This record gives sequence, structure tokens and C-alpha cells, in this order.
Amino acid sequence: MKQRDFEQRHQQLWQQLENFLAGYRKNTATETGSDGRVDDLPASYRRLCQQLAVAKERQYTSQLIARLNQLVMDCHQRLYQQESVSSSRWLDYLFAGFPQALRQQARFVWLACALFLAPALVMGLGSYSNDALIYTVMSPEQVLQIESMYDPANRVLGRERGSDTDLQMFGFYIKNNIGIAFRTFAAGILFGLGSIFFLVFNGLFLGAIFGHITRVGFVSTFYPFVIGHGAFELTAIVFAGAAGLHLGHSLVNPGNQRRRDSLRGAARESMKIMYGTFLMLVIAAFLEAFWSSSTQVSIAVKLAVGSFFWLLVISYCVFAGRSRPSGPAIAGGRP
Amino acid sequence: MHKTIPATTDADAAAVIRDLDTLYEIETPEGIDLTTRVAGPLPRILAYAVDLFYRTVILIILGIAISVAGDAGVGVWLLVSFLLEWFYPVFFEVLRGGQTPGKRAFSIAVINDNLTPIGWGPSIMRNLLRFADFLPFGYFAGIISMTCSRDFRRLGDHAAGTLVVYREQPKTASGLPSVPPAAPPRGLQLQDQQAIVSLCERHRALSQPRQQELAELLQPLTGRSGITGLERLHGIGRWLLGARTVEETTPRGTTQAGDQ
Repeated sequence: MKQRDFEQRHQQLWQQLENFLAGYRKNTATETGSDGRVDDLPASYRRLCQQLAVAKERQYTSQLIARLNQLVMDCHQRLYQQESVSSSRWLDYLFAGFPQALRQQARFVWLACALFLAPALVMGLGSYSNDALIYTVMSPEQVLQIESMYDPANRVLGRERGSDTDLQMFGFYIKNNIGIAFRTFAAGILFGLGSIFFLVFNGLFLGAIFGHITRVGFVSTFYPFVIGHGAFELTAIVFAGAAGLHLGHSLVNPGNQRRRDSLRGAARESMKIMYGTFLMLVIAAFLEAFWSSSTQVSIAVKLAVGSFFWLLVISYCVFAGRSRPSGPAIAGGRP
Repeated sequence: MHKTIPATTDADAAAVIRDLDTLYEIETPEGIDLTTRVAGPLPRILAYAVDLFYRTVILIILGIAISVAGDAGVGVWLLVSFLLEWFYPVFFEVLRGGQTPGKRAFSIAVINDNLTPIGWGPSIMRNLLRFADFLPFGYFAGIISMTCSRDFRRLGDHAAGTLVVYREQPKTASGLPSVPPAAPPRGLQLQDQQAIVSLCERHRALSQPRQQELAELLQPLTGRSGITGLERLHGIGRWLLGARTVEETTPRGTTQAGDQ
């Protein structure tokens, strides 16, 4: 068939599809639009695909093939869209998917835990017994600042606080802490080394502060302050590290897969952990800004609530979603 | 292998072109090969610079606007800067067809590597891994990864299974040169016919001297040199596309190049 006849025969369909897609792109006309009406997109798309194949086979001019290729591509994108995550799936993720994902990656979680806690313990004990050790990870100004933050002689906890300062600190904790978690995760793609570095570094930092503050004797202010949000914050950092280690491991030991495929699978799995981590850190920032710093609440209540939070988080990770069968990829997966 | 030995057959030539070109090709479930052009580091860096500029402007304006609000304002500012840092690209990529304002300016877009629109999961993934791409400074790792991989993927693209491709603008059909059609010489190979037709098609895209230069190569065929040789080639091209009279001017090529 001559190209001219071919074009004339199918021009109407192409024009229809082009109008429809143009309307869709501008979000003005939809399937019901009077101008760009396409009765049955899948059927039209299949016809279009066949026409493109014919045009290529008959070696019609490159302009026509380019036009058809573009049209097919646009239809393809329109047709194969990712299904959106429904609210029930989010609930499912919250109550089952996240803890299930954690248990699936248990060995990475434990590894991250060890990488975080071991340096913290060593540094904590070290700076508890040795006054100078904290200065290996912090400058004297920082140490002074932290000491003044938790000095029981202070009227307020944390930093000087008004109610609007709470909001300021909330913003600060969100930006700072979630940023740390994201970095800990992302750096894991460098064969896990980045996650290891951030976990160990944060562990050392934390251990130094714990040891030093305990040594100085600000126990009555420091522990009630950190126990509440610590349940969410410290665990979330460990989980982010675990997700990062999982990424790194998929590159170091891809098994039977190609490294690229292995990485992609690991990325999908680790995203399940990262969504939950993000949520936990938002909760932690909220608590740290509005609860931990509160001076009205007595120390006993704070310790009790803090312990309750720890219990809650741990039992959530261990027990939640046990009864349900682990579903297919919940979030982060593609159809 | 194809890169080292000279191409002898069409298949070899096609393979060499595929190796050199930045075309990305997948087969759809309908059995069609879709092709698209992946974007290299330069437009992506420029697009990033544009986005960075917008983000900075937003933060500066917001900073001035809420400087009156005191500490609470600082909190809001920090919150916004956090969202801009990590989720600015995610927002646009998912809700605006894979294009941040910067990417739109350079008409490139993010897309899944099966050429479907990008969703929340992959978009969040590739933008979280931005930090790894940034290491040790200035997107060094990302640029290394891009230049080493077949489809210019940075680390985040590898993990999320995404690509950055050119969003091609719908081409306006360029008319054919308005010269009288001329019958081609006998025994013109199909390949040569296609070459002449495509020279005809691109007569607006190529500069006149370049076209003449190309036409000189075919002097044995046309028997003329300079501008007349080029016109003769244009005429042959129009003839091959089906035009037989001068008046017949259609916007697109109308007949098959090689009637076989």
C-alpha cells in the first residue's frame, strides 16, 4: 500500500488519539470530552501498534514513523499507569506491612542495631570514666552547650522555651533527624559502607553524650527528656541503617541475579522500611518538641510514659501483623 | 564486536548505530518496540541548577515573609526547607508527568524504565538516593555513575529503575522542497532511495551549504554540481515520494520510498 493511502485511511484515528492525549495532558478534556472522545482506548491502542509495526515493516518515511512512535508512547503511558495506593492499603501497611518488612530483614536490623549500640556502649562507658574522651567527637563549645541544655539549675529543659519555640524546635528536629535517617539510608548504596559509617558515627556521638551527662550528674533532667522520643527516634535511625545495609548487601552479594536487578529488588524491599521510618521520625520530632521538653509533667510520669513508648515500639515490631499473611509488595512496588 | 569491525550488512549497521546512539528501546506487551531518547548529564545538570534556583528563591522569599513571626516562623521555615530538600522533585515528578520546573525548561522527564509514568515509590527512592549521588561533593558519584552506564543512570535511577528521557515536542510536518519532480536514474538501490528521501525530508533542518556538500558526493548520479545538483536530488526525492507534477505539493511524504 502506498504511504499516502495508508495515511489517509488511518488519519482519523490518529487525529482522534492526538486530540484525546492533548486534552488529557492539559487536564481539560477527559474520556467524556466532546472533542477528544476515544471510544475504547485499549482497542485503539492495539490498532495503532499494528499500524506502527506495518509502517516500520514497509519502511515508510521516518517522519511518519516518528509520529506514530510518539503517539504509541503517549498512549502506552496513558494506559499503563501505576495504580494509586488506596487508604486501606496504607492501614494495612501500618498495622502489618511495616513490622513484617522489619522481621523479613531481621538480620540487617540486628546488624544495624549492633553497629549503632556497640560504639555507643564503648563510648558511653569510656566517657563516663574518662572526662576527656567526649572531646574526641565534639568541640568544647558543643560540650558546653549540651551541658547547659540539661543543667538541672535551668528553669526549662532542652533549650530556652516558649510555645512558639516548640514549633521552631519541631521544624529543627524534622529537618535534622529525618535528614540523618535519610542520609544513613541513602549512603548504604555505596556497598553498605555509608550506612555503617553513619550508624557508628551516630552511635559514638550518642554514647559520648550519654556517658558525659551521666558523669556530670544531670541524670534527673537528661533521662526523662530523652526517654520519650528516643523510643521512636533511635529505633528509626537503626531501621534506616538496616534498610541501607540491605541496599549495600544486594550489591556486594547479588546471588543469582545481576547486580542491577538485585539492587532494584532490594530497593523495593527497603522502601517498605523507609516509609515507616519516616513516620516514626515525625512522631519522634513531635514528641521531642512538645512533650519531652515540657516542664509541667513530673519526672516520674515522663519516665513511665517513656518506658511505655519503648514497650509499645518493641512489641509493635515484634508482634504486629503476625496473624496476617505477608501480602504482596505493599508500597514502593510497581504493578 | 560491532564497534570494531566495519559494518557490512544492514543489521550490523543498525547495531552500530544503536551502540552509538542514545536510544532506549523496550518491547511493549503488544509486541511493539518503543524507542525514546535518554538525556545525558548536561541537560540534567542544567535542569538541576534551575530547580536549585527556584528552591533558593522560595526559601529566601519565605524567610523574608515570616521573619516577623519570630521563632515559630523559623520552625515553619525549617519545615519547608526540609520538604523542599527531599520532596520537591518527588512532588513534581509524580504529579506533573515526571517534570520538575527545571526539567520542563529543558524538556526532559523522569520515567520508569518500562516507559510508564513514574509513581510515588520509585520517585521517592530516586530522590532519597540523591544524597548518595551527591557524595563526596557536587554530585560526583552521580556523574560517574551516569557516564558509566548505558542509559545515563545515576545511582538513584539504578535503584529505582527510572530513566530521564527527552520529552519530544510534536514535530510540525516540514514541507518538501518546491522543485519539479524528476525521474530517478535506473537501478537506484532501496538504500539510496531512502537516503535521498530523507535528505528531502530534512531540507529545512540542514543548512544549504551542508546540503550542497552532501549533494556533491552524488555528482556521478546527478551529473551536476552545486545548487543545481541539489535541486536535482530534491526532485528525485519528490518523485520517489510519489509526486509526478509540479503542482502536487503535500505536507508529508506521500508514497512509499521503495515500491517493492
